[in-house]
Amino acid sequence: MNTDELINFLGTNIEPVKSGQLRNTLLGSLAVGAVAALCLMLVILGEPDEAFGGGHLGLKFLGLVFTLGLVIAGTSYLLRAARPGTPGRRPLVVLGLLFFALLSAGAITLVLSHPVVWGEMVFGPQWAACLICIPLFAIAPFASLIWALRKEAPTYPAWTGAVAGLVAGALGGAALTLHHSAGSIPFILLWYGGPIVVCTVVGAILGPRLLRW
Amino acid sequence: MTISSEEPELRALMLAGLGGDEASHKSLLKKLSTYLRAYFKGQLARISRSPLDAEDLVQETLIALHTRRHTYDRSQPLTPWVSAIARYRLVDYLRRTKAAKMDVPVEEAEGVFAVDDVSAVDSGLDLTKLLAQLTPKMRQAIQFVKLDGLSVSEAAARSGMSQSAVKVSVHRGLRALSLLVRERSPS
Repeated sequence: MNTDELINFLGTNIEPVKSGQLRNTLLGSLAVGAVAALCLMLVILGEPDEAFGGGHLGLKFLGLVFTLGLVIAGTSYLLRAARPGTPGRRPLVVLGLLFFALLSAGAITLVLSHPVVWGEMVFGPQWAACLICIPLFAIAPFASLIWALRKEAPTYPAWTGAVAGLVAGALGGAALTLHHSAGSIPFILLWYGGPIVVCTVVGAILGPRLLRW
Repeated sequence: MTISSEEPELRALMLAGLGGDEASHKSLLKKLSTYLRAYFKGQLARISRSPLDAEDLVQETLIALHTRRHTYDRSQPLTPWVSAIARYRLVDYLRRTKAAKMDVPVEEAEGVFAVDDVSAVDSGLDLTKLLAQLTPKMRQAIQFVKLDGLSVSEAAARSGMSQSAVKVSVHRGLRALSLLVRERSPS
């Protein structure tokens, strides 16, 4: 085929492109994924026992700030990564800072408390639930984010896949936090942060396969 | 021509094309194709590959630029977007054709706009063969709208589809084509 013919072919009867298209697709897929994660949480774990009462309100709040912070910073990275040639990895720094802040807070909590309760803090109730539920809740958001990203043009598929995994994992973590709060900051770090990191690694591995275009 | 002198004009053409202006869009693709040709020939020569493949890469990139044009951020300059897509297509091409592992440095992407080469030649892409692999609905919509140049309403009347179905079929058909181009057996 001659290149001039191709240009003629591509350029004939083009449709106008809406300016918010990429943004709407990505944010829409995020919303769908979040709703799916919430529904799965309600189906598997039932209605939250404590809702927004209970003794761990502060920790519930902290867990939500951490997970939703990851979701927001990660999404802002994905919005850039979906566009070729758009510089800016600043959201990745924010992601690192969120983990670092939680790590510091966890360390301080441990130092301030007696070593006798460390085991109880770290292996608080239901750590296994976090390990299983967060990746499970992350599947739907991950699928919907990848579906949206495949329509865009990510030029760094491993990074893009990793952050999509992280955002999905963080949504899974947020859904679980809504059901029941963690017992301590080190618990959030280990049993929420850990599974989210696992989702990130899985995303980084799958990214180059799923996001080729 | 260099990046600094052409950027404002190319960007204006891109913005008009995104608004639906056919002439601007064709003119943009035409102008970009000359830069892309020189870039790919240079890159392939650098790694001792046949420059004949350059035209395939030019066309793959033009298809990508067209089908992914919604990923261009209108507030940003155009050339980094084009360069990133050209570089991605080159890396993907080298990986696909099992080239000796070589890294295409990011800064080389600036080189996309270093020189231009207007000698358009044929590529190994065969549009008729590619179209034959689409679903009948997509093929018909693309035939009417993109090849015969019928308007969407004319194509809708002739094919018995609704106007939005025609638009969707053309859109999906082009996306499917861009994937087929990548997965086609080497010519």
